[in-house]
Amino acid sequence: MRRAFLLLLWVLVMPAMAAVEVHQFDDPEQEARYKKLVAELRCTVCQNQNLADSNAELASDLRNKVYEMIRAGRTDAEIYSFMVERYGDYILYRPPVKTSTALLWLGPFIFMAVGVALLINFVRRRRQEATESVEEERLEKARRLLEQEDKSA
Amino acid sequence: MKKHWRYILPLAGFLVMAVLLWRGLALDPRKIPSPFIGKPAPEFSLPLLDDASASLRPGDLKGQVWLLNVWASWCVSCRAEHEVVTRLVREHGLKILGLNYKDETVDAAAWLRRFGNPYFASVVDADGNTGIDWGVYGVPETFVIDRQGIVRYKHIGPVTDASAEEVILPLVRELEAES
Repeated sequence: MRRAFLLLLWVLVMPAMAAVEVHQFDDPEQEARYKKLVAELRCTVCQNQNLADSNAELASDLRNKVYEMIRAGRTDAEIYSFMVERYGDYILYRPPVKTSTALLWLGPFIFMAVGVALLINFVRRRRQEATESVEEERLEKARRLLEQEDKSA
Repeated sequence: MKKHWRYILPLAGFLVMAVLLWRGLALDPRKIPSPFIGKPAPEFSLPLLDDASASLRPGDLKGQVWLLNVWASWCVSCRAEHEVVTRLVREHGLKILGLNYKDETVDAAAWLRRFGNPYFASVVDADGNTGIDWGVYGVPETFVIDRQGIVRYKHIGPVTDASAEEVILPLVRELEAES
């Protein structure tokens, strides 16, 4: 029974196993580079996935391309520029810093600076209002006291 | 005066957001700008679909304005644009090279026999390597190449009547006028 169940499981996962590509590397360093590259390159067909996660046929072709280039002894920079030459910066999950992407990189910091400035302004004004109102209250009290004294005198 | 800012600032912020989001609606994130625009067409030397012993390279077409249309028999949208592509050739005399992308040659030939062949030739990219060299990521795609062999335009997805008449044809005429 148990055996039959295991066999059934085996049969069920077969299709998933068939989809896994087998890449042989000369050393673990090459494999690590391959994993890093396919994680950082975007699948242009299904744009919210990287090459590693995508099942699209083109993603598989590009994974093979990365694999072949690593085996051929190309550097990471060469592989990135190979992809960018063909698909543009879009294929990089980490876009380069240049004038067209300046807002993308600096935007969050600008928003933060504006937020901090508004916060400081707000806090400062509240503190000022608080002290002002206290002083006015006291002045009023003092005035009343003085007036009473005048009347009694 | 100071009070006014309280009302104007959020309104201005809202307007900026609205304009940006409105523009975002018109953008299609699936259309990635091609890095080849204004650059020489990537080289290849591929066998012809109807004669595997003969081959063709982009350099052979220098001096002419031509289109490269990436197609495959398995591609449903290619079937959709086929009529428009055919009309560009039959009625407007455009020169279109087919790049048969990751297809079975038998299926491709049958597809052309069945629907008609608008291409002056089709080259076979069986493993998709030339497709990668041209930055192809979604079939069909259409490139316009000028007399100097420079890629001038890329259309992603099926060519529609509107894009053929409003963009591709005027561009080809303009490029043909260049010496």
